[in-house]
Amino acid sequence: MSELAVSREVDRSKMTISDEVAIQIIEMNKWYGTFHVLRDINLTVNRGERIVIAGPSGSGKSTLIRCINRLEEHQAGKIIIDGTELTSDLKNIDKIRSEVGMVFQHFNLFPHLTILENCTLAPIWVRKVPKKEAEETAMHFLEKVKIPEQALKYPGQLSGGQQQRVAIARSLCMRPRIMLFDEPTSALDPEMIKEVLDTMIELAEEGMTMLCVTHEMGFARQVANRVIFMDQGQIVEQNEPEEFFNNPKSDRTKLFLSQILGH
Amino acid sequence: MANVSYVRKTMLPEKAPPVTSSGVLGWIRENLFSTPLNVILTLLSAGFAFYVLASILPWIFQSSWTAGSLGECREVIKATYGPDAHGACWAVIRERYLQLIFGFYPAELYWRPILAFVLALVALAPVLFSGLPRQMMRFSAVAPFLVPWLLWGGTFWVPLMVIAGIAVGVIAYNLLSRTVGSLAGIIAAGVLPVLWWIFVTSPLASGLQSIIPLGIEAIPSRSFGGFLLSITIGLVAITASLPIGIVLALGRQSDLLIVKTLCVGFIEFIRGVPLITLLFVASVLLNYFLPPGTDFDIIVRVMIMVTLFASAYMAEVVRGGLAALPSGQYEAADALGLDYWKSQRLIIMPQALKISIPGIVSTFISVFKDTTLVSIIGLLDPLGLSKAIRADVNWNGIVWELYGFIAFVFFIFCFSMSRYSMYLERKLQTGHR
Ligand SMILES: Nc1ncnc2c1ncn2[C@@H]1O[C@H](COP(=O)(O)OP(=O)(O)OP(=O)(O)O)[C@@H](O)[C@H]1O
Ligand SMILES: [Mg+2]
Repeated sequence: MSELAVSREVDRSKMTISDEVAIQIIEMNKWYGTFHVLRDINLTVNRGERIVIAGPSGSGKSTLIRCINRLEEHQAGKIIIDGTELTSDLKNIDKIRSEVGMVFQHFNLFPHLTILENCTLAPIWVRKVPKKEAEETAMHFLEKVKIPEQALKYPGQLSGGQQQRVAIARSLCMRPRIMLFDEPTSALDPEMIKEVLDTMIELAEEGMTMLCVTHEMGFARQVANRVIFMDQGQIVEQNEPEEFFNNPKSDRTKLFLSQILGH
Repeated sequence: MANVSYVRKTMLPEKAPPVTSSGVLGWIRENLFSTPLNVILTLLSAGFAFYVLASILPWIFQSSWTAGSLGECREVIKATYGPDAHGACWAVIRERYLQLIFGFYPAELYWRPILAFVLALVALAPVLFSGLPRQMMRFSAVAPFLVPWLLWGGTFWVPLMVIAGIAVGVIAYNLLSRTVGSLAGIIAAGVLPVLWWIFVTSPLASGLQSIIPLGIEAIPSRSFGGFLLSITIGLVAITASLPIGIVLALGRQSDLLIVKTLCVGFIEFIRGVPLITLLFVASVLLNYFLPPGTDFDIIVRVMIMVTLFASAYMAEVVRGGLAALPSGQYEAADALGLDYWKSQRLIIMPQALKISIPGIVSTFISVFKDTTLVSIIGLLDPLGLSKAIRADVNWNGIVWELYGFIAFVFFIFCFSMSRYSMYLERKLQTGHR
């Protein structure tokens, strides 16, 4: 909810957006029973884009990004990821899931495995990477999120911010081409929010394609190249961050921004 | 108002935690006599404990171990401890303990059940204690074929042919899943071995036996009795019910309607019927359905029934563990690209089973105790034997000594299981959840 400023200058040199399409969503609709949660969603995401999705509670933000890796099934329209269409074909689903990383609000680390095992599990069992190599990769990413010294602990022994950074490292170990974040900082205290945001900024600086549901408007301003505003299951407005915040077009957006930024 | 401003000048160093135990006396005062109510409760409990022990201990220790009959026993006790003494007649245990343990198994072959029991323990050890070398698991895989062969004896070709049945399943799966499809492979892998065991195993084994004789003396099932019988049935039911229960629990959660209906139907049917009924079905009714002349071993029939019974309960215990897992665990596993079986095996089951340990072990314990019900269909488990022993003129009228001994042995087994489950829970503890 805060406009928590990002502490440092963001290095934009590698944040290039290519012409290659990473995600294409065409006329997508979804219902929960009779409740129409997502209505005619059209969205094209190019490789290298950093998109922040905002909107009031219950507007369908989580549902939208969960449809992208098939944690939820859409009933109409198309979702095409890296040229592969998401259908009920299990092969396609597995292929897409191993290329799309996801970070959850409540971390969802595996509590019965150590941090290192959390990070090596999927590479070993899905990508068939040899154990030693998987561990090296895991340590590399744990260093990147600045907690290599916790590798042999269990998730229950870490703070929330540390757990979320492990969750990010765990996703990165699968070498995803796209990362989805669903309110990664909402369950954290302000001090921990910063450490997680810093990790996400670093990721953006390396050119990762990111879709991020978040209320951190400071992050949106500095990192995103596009902000999408959703309400009642629809995309109401999307724009570059500066325009979006300074010059919102729709009344709903204006109302939302005034509430969230406390103007 | 006073000035509330305060700034710490020096930071405090870390100190060791206070020592809490202050000797035996301190502990007693703190835990037993801290408040008046506590004092009263302590005194009442101590009085009760004294009363119980004062009545039981003399009975246990003012006893006779040597007499040859109940009457002789009573005389010996009266002569030694005075006319009012009521002591136990442990002589009956001394005379009959081998029978209580082995039933009517031939005495010169006692080494076979003993060896089988030791082998079973060795096979269980690496499963129970993860610290042991993993190579021991290879023996654990062979033991289920070796141990029954030691117990029942007969030709060694039977266990070999049973193993061959598994090989048949594996080969069929590999061939069919590559050529026809994985579903056909799975069905063949389930059906072919069963057909092999029913129709091929015994003729082939006896054929091979007549060519290359290889075996030990066969012991008929009716010689089995006592704890040998209880432990055999209990061990089979316990080891088989856990995997079957897991499969049933997963089936009950399945999206496939047929699988789900079958599992729910099975679980609810078995749970709705008393074990006694199933045992009667095994002993009496099954004979009507089997083709005349088939000799389907009564102990095997009972084992199947007890296993099915335990599996249904196990399935519900495991389902409880599955339901307790937050959905985020499934989602994280899915999001990482793990398929259904891998996420079950690596993420879901380890956690669900850990949550269910107390329930699983309770089911184990009650199954083991329920094996005593087989005495009702005429099998001579320890309880059935105790009836037979009482029918002996010498021991007519003896009750508590036999039941006490049987209860004591059961207690040792059940208590070990319970302690093991506590050890396991502690070992699997990975920080606060
Ligand atoms: N499994 C479900 N079954 C039925 N309705 C659901 C389900 N999941 C979500 N919904 C409904 O769908 C709507 C959109 O939910 P969603 O979680 O996508 O919202 P959101 O924008 O992420 O909200 P928040 O900011 O609170 O996380 C909500 O009205 C919610 O009640
Ligand atoms: Mg949400």
